[in-house]
Amino acid sequence: MALWRSLNRSKIVWPLITLGALLLFNLFFTPHFFRMEIIEGHLFGNLIDILKNAAPIMLLAIGLTLVIATHGIDISVGSVVAISAGVVAILIGGDLAGHPKYPIAVAMIAALLVSTAAGMWNGMLVSRVGMQPIIATLILFVAGRGIAMVFTNAMVIWLYAKPFALLGQGYVLGLPFSIYIVAFVLLVTSIFTRKTAVGLFIEAVGINPTAARFSGINAKNIVFWCYTFSGFCAGVSGLIVCSTIMSADGNNAGNLFELDAILAVVLGGTSLSGGKFYLLGSMVGALIIQTLTTTIYAFNVAPEISQVVKALVVYAVSLLQSEVFRSKIAGVFARKELSA
Amino acid sequence: MSDEMPILSMKGITKVFPGVKALSDVDFRLFKGEVHAIMGQNGAGKSTLVKVLTGVHEHDSGEILLEGRPIRPDSPLAAQKLGISTVYQEINLCPNLSVAENIFVGRQPMRFAGIDWKTLNRRAEEILKRLNIAIDVTQILSSYSIAIQQMVAIARVLDISSKILILDEPTSSLDETEVEQLFKVIRSLRDEGLAILFITHFLDQTYQISDRITILKNGEFVGEFRTEALPKLDLIAKMLGKELSEFSFAMGSDERKKAFALVSKDAKNLLKVKGLGLRGSIAPFDLDLNEGDVLGLAGLLGSGRTEMARLIFGIDGANQGEIQIKGKKATISAPRGAMMAGMGFCSEDRKHEGTFAELTVRENLILALQARNGILKYIPTRKQLEIADELIRSLDIKTPSANNEASQLSGGNQQKVMLARWLATNPIILILDEPTRGIDVGAKLEIMELILNLSQKGMGVIFISSEFEEVVRCSNRIVVLKDKAKIAELSGDDMNESRIMQTIAGGK
Amino acid sequence: MSRKLLVNSRNLPVLVTLGLFILMFGLGSIAFTGFFSVQNFFNLFIDNAYLLILAVGMTFVIISGGIDLSVGSMLALSTMISSSLVEKSHLSPIIVIPVVLLVGTALGVFMGYLIQTFALPPFIITLAGLYLARGLCYVVSIDTIGIEDSFFKAAAHSQIAIIGKNFLSTSAVIALVVVLIGVYVSRFTKFGRTVYAIGGSEQSALLMGLPVARTKIAIYALSGFCSALAGIVFTFYTLSGYALDGKGMELDAIATVVIGGTLLTGGVGNILGTVLGVLVYGIIQVLIVFQGTLNSWWTRIVIGFLVFVFCILQRLFESRKRRTAGPASSGHSKT
Repeated sequence: MALWRSLNRSKIVWPLITLGALLLFNLFFTPHFFRMEIIEGHLFGNLIDILKNAAPIMLLAIGLTLVIATHGIDISVGSVVAISAGVVAILIGGDLAGHPKYPIAVAMIAALLVSTAAGMWNGMLVSRVGMQPIIATLILFVAGRGIAMVFTNAMVIWLYAKPFALLGQGYVLGLPFSIYIVAFVLLVTSIFTRKTAVGLFIEAVGINPTAARFSGINAKNIVFWCYTFSGFCAGVSGLIVCSTIMSADGNNAGNLFELDAILAVVLGGTSLSGGKFYLLGSMVGALIIQTLTTTIYAFNVAPEISQVVKALVVYAVSLLQSEVFRSKIAGVFARKELSA
Repeated sequence: MSDEMPILSMKGITKVFPGVKALSDVDFRLFKGEVHAIMGQNGAGKSTLVKVLTGVHEHDSGEILLEGRPIRPDSPLAAQKLGISTVYQEINLCPNLSVAENIFVGRQPMRFAGIDWKTLNRRAEEILKRLNIAIDVTQILSSYSIAIQQMVAIARVLDISSKILILDEPTSSLDETEVEQLFKVIRSLRDEGLAILFITHFLDQTYQISDRITILKNGEFVGEFRTEALPKLDLIAKMLGKELSEFSFAMGSDERKKAFALVSKDAKNLLKVKGLGLRGSIAPFDLDLNEGDVLGLAGLLGSGRTEMARLIFGIDGANQGEIQIKGKKATISAPRGAMMAGMGFCSEDRKHEGTFAELTVRENLILALQARNGILKYIPTRKQLEIADELIRSLDIKTPSANNEASQLSGGNQQKVMLARWLATNPIILILDEPTRGIDVGAKLEIMELILNLSQKGMGVIFISSEFEEVVRCSNRIVVLKDKAKIAELSGDDMNESRIMQTIAGGK
Repeated sequence: MSRKLLVNSRNLPVLVTLGLFILMFGLGSIAFTGFFSVQNFFNLFIDNAYLLILAVGMTFVIISGGIDLSVGSMLALSTMISSSLVEKSHLSPIIVIPVVLLVGTALGVFMGYLIQTFALPPFIITLAGLYLARGLCYVVSIDTIGIEDSFFKAAAHSQIAIIGKNFLSTSAVIALVVVLIGVYVSRFTKFGRTVYAIGGSEQSALLMGLPVARTKIAIYALSGFCSALAGIVFTFYTLSGYALDGKGMELDAIATVVIGGTLLTGGVGNILGTVLGVLVYGIIQVLIVFQGTLNSWWTRIVIGFLVFVFCILQRLFESRKRRTAGPASSGHSKT
């Protein structure tokens, strides 16, 4: 009973158990799920696919974890992914010989600048104008995809500069390059939030913004920079998405990403009402979602069915995270004990 | 009130929660046509007794007799159906609905076509007229003051059922005129024969309005007394179980001179406020605070004390005037700026402006200090614990460990944590807004002692309290406020309650 | 005492919406020939009947302090089920339509139950509902299902003359009936008033003895019903079932509700405002079509901008209101 209680309290346990359960399921029921081959010096296999496909969402989840910790939300990240992909694609563009219009580095920086600016816009609305986060980011959600479509003239933009493909399609030491990007961003964010006072301030702002302000924390700045960072993460994610298919589709890029990312954060243990946050948990959450999708693919079930399964997983996890549900279950067990 | 059978009789009520016996064999009687107050410190069992009566909890043993018949309400709705109506401190109405609708929501008069708004509004007007209130009942509730909203809440519950009315801390947010209005209504309801149970922290109001007082202490029944037969000091003594001589609620001038011995004419000036004001908040005022000063802000609710503090600390931005800290002009536009200039501020609203419930006690304690250090100079956890433990010790904060969640602390200890948080930053000026509100007398005395200690160490303290006797006890100078303006400054022998009240009554 | 239609701070946002609509209609009439006509006005209802029905349901949800992100996918699911049952299973519309409505309502009840009983955030639960409904669409069929059924065809082409030669479609009439019912329910039924009460302060509503649990579940059931009905109406419009229908429609619905003056924090709003919001939405699209050269995606941008403006208005209104002392009810968080 005491073990149950201490496990219950450690927030990373449940996400890991869920991921473990999924992998275990695959171990028994999916043939060759864990098989890995080395082709052309790269590792191939379902596990690698999971990492590769989860990377864009993991990036979004890093930024979103901080935003959600301030008791906020950012539903515009999918649209910002589309904008970022659009910007980099148009600037690189290029001809079939592979010569980019503008240097790749310049294009990437431009895309990141635009995305970060989008994050700043959201940050301004929430911290200076004082709008409710869901409303503030709703605006860019609705308008952002429109902007991306107008920018790309509603066409799919192709780009031909080979080096750019490294981001989304390259491998280093057998693992996808994109995962290294995720790991890097994760590492820097973790260090910055835990080794400085930023993490504590973010949690304080999320728990009690007025008290945080009264205690001398510059709450407005903290909130502003969290949204800015979320925009930046969406920008990086957009670069990877674009690089993976060497094109930018304003309509479909980043589609439903925000939902996956929010789910990842919630699955990872960070509460939607803000406060304590768990970056690693969000990473595990993103992996859970991707493993689920990959499992479904492996069963040759129509990929769209994965959405149904995702929904049911969300319901299950939400119930588990619900105090009311847990106490009802505990009540059932207690009564069983009494009657035994 | 006559010597008939009580309308309500609770006998031998016991209620046990895991680990604590909240009520132990408690008796209580309530008669028709009386106002009966329940008094006791925090932990006495007042609120538990009321919760048992209103169906929030069920008692473990004993019985409740309503009009001679045993009852056992298992929910607030059940209690309401039996005729027990309650109005809580937080007005439980819907601010977005009209006054009339708030009175009738859930039981609106119907026609065949739906809700009969005409009748609803008309009846609401009639009900309020009985309470001597004439307002536009079609306006939404939030456009009216808290006092009016409270009347609406009372009107609602009385219209539903009216055998017993329970008022739980109804006057906490009211100013003196509004309290008098409320008391007028209560008296007329009492004269009509209603049985009223009145719960309050305010001693004076208890004596103003109640006919009888029941005292509880540590979950036990101490006694039931007629108000006119119980002197104030007796009441307090019985609530605390202490002897009268242990109190000195008023300080003689010798005592005061001793307490403030360090405040000499050479004391350096810490804070100089000139003409600071904000339209709609408070009229421009001047203020001086020197080392060792405890400047008490006295005034009725709504007089502008908190507004004054918020301007000084930068929570609200002044639109005129200036602030000087230690002789140098300072632009204070946000709490952070005030903190960096050496100020600290404990808000009167612990829950929404003070405590971080899900953070540990340790994190709650070092937060302001960390904010002062800035983002990069993070205090390592080990050092945090050191600082926290020291603060816990020196302020006697009751918590099993510094790593427990702050939400587990009692109100008084949360107050101490807020105070300690600022002490950790070593401020030169500390502003305390109602630091003794809603905590038990023991903790109150501790805090007042602490304030005097801080002043002796050279800190300048601004102390706000609704209890004039506290202000008199702790301060060496008093600023009197009325109607959002500073009207006078008292010192020396002028510092007593009656002088304060005279000043407020006679001034401007 | 009569209820006055005051030009006060509460009605201001709705009046702004009305003014906006009149302004746009006026501008269009000046700029484009053939714009100013009764039929053009009626077309707004014909083309956006489905959105109007969605928005009515959404209004109730948002007033109660919640949110429903599943409505677009539920609309799509309804089109899939109805077209599949009619074309593949050859069932009569008389059976199909009630079945579809039942499915929508049942899903709404399911989500409402989770939200209410386990105190789960509406945002997440209806978000998952979005996935669920969209996924179920594909379970029904991956391809488009065209509808040949005569009943549906008749409904699609029907023209009900209202003023002279100006007509409304069956869908538009259904939408207007839904609006009228919505107005009645919100103003004259205990259920409707309880919705407002919950939006103002759920805790107070509970303590006042209002049937909060039942009402909250019913609100999501209502939204589900409206989504299903909107789906049926949509099939009258498109004569097909397509799994990608309704993508992003929930955002459109929310946007029109916001532009119509309903506060996203709950407790304030009305159906008529929502109707105006839908009209504004519709007229922006018409203006863009008449203009001819602009990418239709500009609608998104303009709507986003309008939501922005209205939210700023709401902010100002809220901050002025906060000066008045009121019971502790800081509005609802959707998350």
